Amino acid sequence: MTVTARAMGEVIDRIDGPDKVRGVARYAFEQPLDHPAYLYPVQSTIARGRIIGIDCRSASSTPGVLMVLNQYNAPRTNIPAGQGELNILQSDRVAFRNQFVAGVIAETSEIARHAASLVRLEYQEEPHDVELHGDRDDFWVPSAASAQFPMELDKGDVDAVLTSAPVRLDRVYTTARQYHNPLEPHTTAALWSEDGLTLYVSTQGVSGIRDVVTALFGLDPGRVRVVSSNVGGAFGSKVHANPDVVLTLLAARMVPNRPVKFALTRQQMFSQAGYRPPTVQRLQIGAERDGRIMAFSHSSTSATSKLVEYAEHCTRPTATIYAAPNLRTRQLVTSLDVPTPCIMRAPGDCPGMFAIECAMDELAVECGIDPIELRIRNEPEIHPASGLPFSSRNLIGCLQEGAQRFDWEHRDPKPRARNELGWLVGTGVAASTYHALQQSGSMATIRADPDGRYTVLIAAADMGTGTWTALTQVAADALGVPVGSVDLRIGDTAYPNASSAGGSSGIASWGAVICEAAGQLRDRLGRGGSIPRQGLEVTARMPENRYASQYALHSFGAQFAEVRVNAETGEVRVPRLLGVFAAGRIVNPKTARSQLLGGMTMGLSMALHEEGVLDPRFGHVVNQDLATYHVSSNADVGDVEVHCLDEDDPYVNPMGTKGVGELGIVGTAAAIANAVYHATGVRIRDLPITLDKLVAW
Amino acid sequence: MRPFRYERTDDVAGAVALLSREPQGAFLGGGTNLVDLMRLDVARPDVLVDVRRLTSDRIEELPDGGVRIGAAVPNSDLAADPLIRTRYPLLSAALLSGASGQLRNLATTGGNLLQRTRCVYFQNVTTGCNKRQPGSGCSAIDGYHRELGILGISPACVATHPSDMAVAMVALEAVVHTLGPNGERSIPVAELHRLPGQDPEHDTVLEHGELITAIDLPPLPDGVRARYRKVRDRASYAFALVSVAAILDVADGMVRDVRIALGGVAHKPWRARIAEDALRGGPVSEERFRQAAEAELAEADPLPGNAFKVPLARNTIVRTLLDLAGPDLGGMAPPPASPDAPDPSGPDPNAAERGLDPNAPPAAAAGAAPPQDRTQPRHAAPPEEAEQPQEATRPQEATPPQDRAQPRHAAQPQDPGAAQPPNNPGAQPQGGPAIDPAIMDPEMESGPEPSGPPA
Ligand SMILES: Cc1cc2nc3c(=O)[nH]c(=O)nc-3n(C[C@H](O)[C@H](O)[C@H](O)COP(=O)(O)OP(=O)(O)OC[C@H]3O[C@@H](n4cnc5c(N)ncnc54)[C@H](O)[C@@H]3O)c2cc1C
Ligand code: SF4
Repeated sequence: MTVTARAMGEVIDRIDGPDKVRGVARYAFEQPLDHPAYLYPVQSTIARGRIIGIDCRSASSTPGVLMVLNQYNAPRTNIPAGQGELNILQSDRVAFRNQFVAGVIAETSEIARHAASLVRLEYQEEPHDVELHGDRDDFWVPSAASAQFPMELDKGDVDAVLTSAPVRLDRVYTTARQYHNPLEPHTTAALWSEDGLTLYVSTQGVSGIRDVVTALFGLDPGRVRVVSSNVGGAFGSKVHANPDVVLTLLAARMVPNRPVKFALTRQQMFSQAGYRPPTVQRLQIGAERDGRIMAFSHSSTSATSKLVEYAEHCTRPTATIYAAPNLRTRQLVTSLDVPTPCIMRAPGDCPGMFAIECAMDELAVECGIDPIELRIRNEPEIHPASGLPFSSRNLIGCLQEGAQRFDWEHRDPKPRARNELGWLVGTGVAASTYHALQQSGSMATIRADPDGRYTVLIAAADMGTGTWTALTQVAADALGVPVGSVDLRIGDTAYPNASSAGGSSGIASWGAVICEAAGQLRDRLGRGGSIPRQGLEVTARMPENRYASQYALHSFGAQFAEVRVNAETGEVRVPRLLGVFAAGRIVNPKTARSQLLGGMTMGLSMALHEEGVLDPRFGHVVNQDLATYHVSSNADVGDVEVHCLDEDDPYVNPMGTKGVGELGIVGTAAAIANAVYHATGVRIRDLPITLDKLVAW
Repeated sequence: MRPFRYERTDDVAGAVALLSREPQGAFLGGGTNLVDLMRLDVARPDVLVDVRRLTSDRIEELPDGGVRIGAAVPNSDLAADPLIRTRYPLLSAALLSGASGQLRNLATTGGNLLQRTRCVYFQNVTTGCNKRQPGSGCSAIDGYHRELGILGISPACVATHPSDMAVAMVALEAVVHTLGPNGERSIPVAELHRLPGQDPEHDTVLEHGELITAIDLPPLPDGVRARYRKVRDRASYAFALVSVAAILDVADGMVRDVRIALGGVAHKPWRARIAEDALRGGPVSEERFRQAAEAELAEADPLPGNAFKVPLARNTIVRTLLDLAGPDLGGMAPPPASPDAPDPSGPDPNAAERGLDPNAPPAAAAGAAPPQDRTQPRHAAPPEEAEQPQEATRPQEATPPQDRAQPRHAAQPQDPGAAQPPNNPGAQPQGGPAIDPAIMDPEMESGPEPSGPPA
């Protein structure tokens, strides 16, 4: 079923915008709860070992303290499979520095924080291991998340071709530890009463939180309600329940009928809320002199914690992006005594495409071919790994449109050829890609009232992206009514179950089930039928996309960067970025542009600034605040232009959308690194590109 | 955060008397640094004596032509003050390059001078730090010290003083007035902060309970040029990796007088007296600027993670002096000697966006380097040159450096490979031209160019 677009494609201001601008939109911490208590954690000061003693006396006797939670008195929880980092206060083991090892519940957040500093712990410390090097020998191939994205791939005889190809390239690229750092910290407010458990959480998916909580505490799902109305950013760090949610629940259980509130501090977000792990990637390419790739090998290593296996799957886009008769990918992971990493905006694809697209630029230089032409010469006709046709693929269209808009034609390919008043000027290009994902399992209810109003209920999430608005547009078109007739409600487990907002799958998944429900509702109403007086309600389950097994479903884009590098100091400025994207139907050009522009900005930040520096002696990230962990400031962001190609894809889902939340960050860092090379003649293969790597010695 | 008492007094003397009786107490200015450190449990005062409304918040002209700044003057007001903008644009520029608008609104002049180091171990009570806890060891020396000191460091501490304002004040030879338990005194800002030595817990020479009441700026001689240039990790809202406050007085091609202060390199704003002495009385020349900078930095004792600050400081000193010396020497057009407009490093936030030197003087921004006009074609190369050379790795056929009339950029006699920092194996010049960046000219684009169709 495809839906006729009326509202879709229109610019509609975010429906949550006015409340946010006026400051009246409520976030989890601001829920008006009666007489809340406050929680503050105690964090371990060793990276590995055992707790052998805890002295809570002075904390407990501090006026205003309700209780000091610790491993001895905390309620027992079940250990959810594969989520060892949620095993809070259940044992004496310390698996990383800054792990929660106790918590103080008090009348005010100030008292809780002060009392937490009075808790004394005694440890039996064990030697820790926190550093990722490419030359470690304890890597393994992680278990694959899905058959579609294998952790290893072998096609043809890569080694033989790599030794015989006329042009050979063998390079190592590294990316830094990056933190999501949404503006709103991770926040939970929990009330445990006879009626059950109510949770206000800042999350990307209330249903997922409910499932984890019920599993941890062995609860009846019907007695758990999770609410998350407004979310101040997430970028992947709020997809899963983090330790702060569990600690709040332990506390709430100990003070029944009293709400407990807890918001992470910015410093705590650097150990409790996941991060993109650093990667070491090796790219080997064998090519013809004309640039056609004969063999392509991509291996990537990253580290996870001792608690959960998370691999930064950098080799995921490798099999999609270019034609290579001989192709090999290897994803490897090791485990360290560090906090657990997690998905972050375009997990895998973002750091992976940094390496791939820098290597392609190096190949273009080696072959003396324009980098756009090189990519065109390596365009695959079918998906190189699965052999499936692409449902739609417009990488070349994006490159060509971008080249025209960026005036690529007049680019002098010679590096270090432009110096404007002491600033070396260069331009670079890179491709973007992301898979067009749909998550299964969502349900939606639509209620039609005789006054012509439609209420759509789904436990979806808008983490500040504009999904709420765009999904309303989808619902309006699916119902064939104006946007103003639709009242879409999300962010509450009181509504039908929904998948989380991850993998740029929100609109594709929730939109599909809303279309299904709308279709059923319209069928029930019959052609021209009027809505019965008591109203009509339909609940539908998301149908499977039968094309998913017949086509390769991906979005594409091309990014262009202009950089200026100070010839003396090495300071890098990016006065201009251009992204041209082909992401299927754009439901709301305004919110979609914001997503793509935001992704590119985050990619700029990744290219130039972001790096969590881990001190191997202690095992923690030392620059754990926004004064020392730099993200791009407004002054770092120049002109960012976003353009979307018209793309009609009948196979991805009823709306024809491919998702825009992550595509924008893929490729930006490579475009900038390639432009830095063009400007300076210096190839920086290790992010971030800070001035110490470019200063004139 | 520990519980504390909050006190106000009627006058300055009362505040000094009160704090003198409270060994664990502290004065509270804007609180933008102190309160942060209290939250982190780094600062643990049991009483705060609020002096924000106590000392003067006025900026007054002194009879000798100088200016007196009350200790409570907010950083924003000081930067915007017409007297300061007219007579000491250097100070405005330094202030505006620091922190953010919101912080500057709250921060006071006294508090700014006494803000504490940003060393990450100092700010984390779970790691050793001699400054925070004497005798607990310096975690930075063998750890993360990218932003820390290269001059005047000690085995006990390598921290830097983070203030931009103080660097400008040292160059301006400002004097701090205090009232302490033992009465009033006046201390040149250059002598206010200490080197770490064996007791880095003392940032300054002030005694407990000694209150900064005002700062005097002496008049600047007529005709001098001054500039603040800050190099940092992002275009705004970051502390200096290296900053240079320079004041240059040139007559007939000779350096009549010069003052140079460096930020981001030491435990105190660093007055570069060796460089000044080397320059004073001699002819103005780029080579001499370089030699003077190198002489100053010969004393540098960098750590592995901040060795880049040595060339960075050298290049920034040379460039700042060149810019002050004027276009004849290859500098940017000079800022006006005593202009209405301050140096725009802060006031012109768009400079960074335009890709221009964020601290470039207005003349350069307006004239010499037109901001990118997006309606114009940006690439100078004629279309036929867009054709790729067959071997992209071919070294560029360089126009010999001596052919160049009027070198505009600091010509550094260096190997092109030197663009690669020695201990950074990731950065390899690939196919880079065998020519120094500093001697590139736009004219070179029409130089000999390898041509031929792609294979
Ligand atoms: C994120 C961030 C970024 C920043 N970036 C920069 C930057 O780039 N450049 C820069 O220069 N600064 C920067 N700052 C620092 C900022 O300039 C200082 O925090 C501010 O100037 C301190 O002034 P205050 O009045 O708030 O001091 P307070 O925090 O109130 O006090 C600081 C210290 O001075 C003492 N004190 C205050 N007033 C007096 C007095 N009159 N006499 C004696 N002692 C006194 C206090 O006891 C305390 O020890 C930044 C700060 C933050 C938080
Ligand atoms: S450099 Fe100074 S402030 Fe930093 S850890 Fe060492 S002693 Fe402490």
